[in-house]
Amino acid sequence: MVAKAQKAPKNALAAPGSKESWGRHFHKYWQLYLMMLVPIIYYIIFRYIPMFGNIIAFRRYRAGSSIFGDEWSGLKYFQQFLNDSNFWRAFKNTLLLNFEYLLISFPITIIFALLLNEVKNVIWKKVVQTISYLPHFISMVIVAGMIRELLSTSGPINGLIESLGGSAITFISEPEWFPVIFVVSGVWQGLGWGTILYLAAMTGINTELYEAAALDGANKFQQCLHVTLPAIRPTISTLLVLNIGQLCGSGAFEKVFLLYSPTNYDTSDIIATYVYRMGLGSGNFSYATAVGLFQGLINLVLLTAANEVSKRLTGSSLY
Amino acid sequence: MAKTLDTSKPVKIKESRGYRVFQVCNTILMVLISAAMLYPFLYLVAQSFSSTEAIIAGEVGLLPVGFSVSTYEYVLTGGKFIPYYGNTILYAIVGTVCALFFSAILAYPLSKKELRGNKVISPLIIFTMYFGGGMIPNYILMTSLKLTNTIAGFILPGLISTYYVILMRSFFETVPRELEEAGEIDGLDQVGAFIHVALPLSTPIMATMALFYLVQYWNDWFDAFLYLTDDSMWPVAYYLRNLISTSTTVEDAAESMSINANIKSCAMVLTAAPIICVYPFIQRYFVQGMMLGGVKG
Repeated sequence: MVAKAQKAPKNALAAPGSKESWGRHFHKYWQLYLMMLVPIIYYIIFRYIPMFGNIIAFRRYRAGSSIFGDEWSGLKYFQQFLNDSNFWRAFKNTLLLNFEYLLISFPITIIFALLLNEVKNVIWKKVVQTISYLPHFISMVIVAGMIRELLSTSGPINGLIESLGGSAITFISEPEWFPVIFVVSGVWQGLGWGTILYLAAMTGINTELYEAAALDGANKFQQCLHVTLPAIRPTISTLLVLNIGQLCGSGAFEKVFLLYSPTNYDTSDIIATYVYRMGLGSGNFSYATAVGLFQGLINLVLLTAANEVSKRLTGSSLY
Repeated sequence: MAKTLDTSKPVKIKESRGYRVFQVCNTILMVLISAAMLYPFLYLVAQSFSSTEAIIAGEVGLLPVGFSVSTYEYVLTGGKFIPYYGNTILYAIVGTVCALFFSAILAYPLSKKELRGNKVISPLIIFTMYFGGGMIPNYILMTSLKLTNTIAGFILPGLISTYYVILMRSFFETVPRELEEAGEIDGLDQVGAFIHVALPLSTPIMATMALFYLVQYWNDWFDAFLYLTDDSMWPVAYYLRNLISTSTTVEDAAESMSINANIKSCAMVLTAAPIICVYPFIQRYFVQGMMLGGVKG
């Protein structure tokens, strides 16, 4: 999500060090290597072994067999899911939900940041910021619980609809409402937090630029358009590219998993929830791993591409 | 901020009138946004203090109807809420301490440019942010390590966050090399330089990371869902998840949904309360952490 400067440590300053032998190097720095030994073992066991555990997408896995499966099965599981309409539904929903959220939340966040920047009373600004960051820290379980309570048939939203003469809607089980719930609650959760990087970029703008613009007769709106926006453009393009890189990701898993139901699978079931149901739900471990691996690879390509584009555009990249 | 004295007075006045109108509208908008942000919380609180009848009738809007504290008495005295809450506190503290320790002892050596091994180790660690074992291989690993129904089963999956390690590494990189060298001249070895020089200078990042991990473990329910089948071990977030989704699976059970709506709200309020109450005071640490990774570009 976050851009970080490329510090370009590649033209290694440690040129003299490269001449010393590895033996001397270890002798000199053994304490530092020892220090990171346990975390490295952690990475091997809990990150790299599962990564290679993806091999069971090509092998038959039975309950109780080795974590790398029993015998080769080739591309059988890939052929299976590529011919499964439920997979394609999940694939479509993953892209669609992520895209709809990005399409709505991205511009709204920028506008909110610009408006927040115009709040001149420091205390009031702090209050609004504090309130708007808050939803970011709340457990997804509670967010999902809130959504269910607010949208229940006796909840306030339906109360409002009924008082306006409408009839109650069972929002939570209607397929056509799921994307709306997903996007709106996402904006609620992420709006404030999303402004942080923009506000940081805005505080870095030299006030003389505004004064010069004002002298040239630019009103506040024009100043915003011609001074503020260009100043945050690198941030905007970096974040946009990086968000596009996550379009096929599973960031939505927890929320979808907590809110969806069989009645709205048509619009709610995403790849990650599909993997869960096929794998841990029905015990088709190899099949589910194949689906997960497929998504993981697409994601890897998208993220890498996004990172490269971002590097070229603005000189900053994800990590 | 500083207004310039300009010569074009009439233009200036006209413009600032428009701007004042904008300021008023903007303030109103900010009030509305803040209210919309807070409303779900207020609604939960109102529901938790309301009577069951009022909730079924849909009378609760912003303020409690039929005010009573009996729901809180029920949740806090009967049932399993308190033990689950205790589990969450235990896991959050143990998890945060371990996570912070292991992240720091990885991030510090990674911040040392002179460590030649980092040229291999760093990319391998960063690669895990792009690609990894999916849900199923992770699950198979955890179960074959016999970690189900242990505290480790809950804590280990999220123990070291690569992103946080990178934030810590960039902070450690800013610790002046001369100070550590001075310490080494005074007889400190490399571990000593880390403990006595780098760590004391890094309290802001350590505090921020501790908070990030604390929130992560406090809010986590999915690892409990996968790896803690013994219900006496559940953290409160997972208990809440069951409370929320089991009672709504039956579509037509509108009545039973509302009967425990105040109980659900009460449990949610109590679970979110520590974060909501403490958060405004420590918010700046979170923002700092976010900026560490963000504004360097």
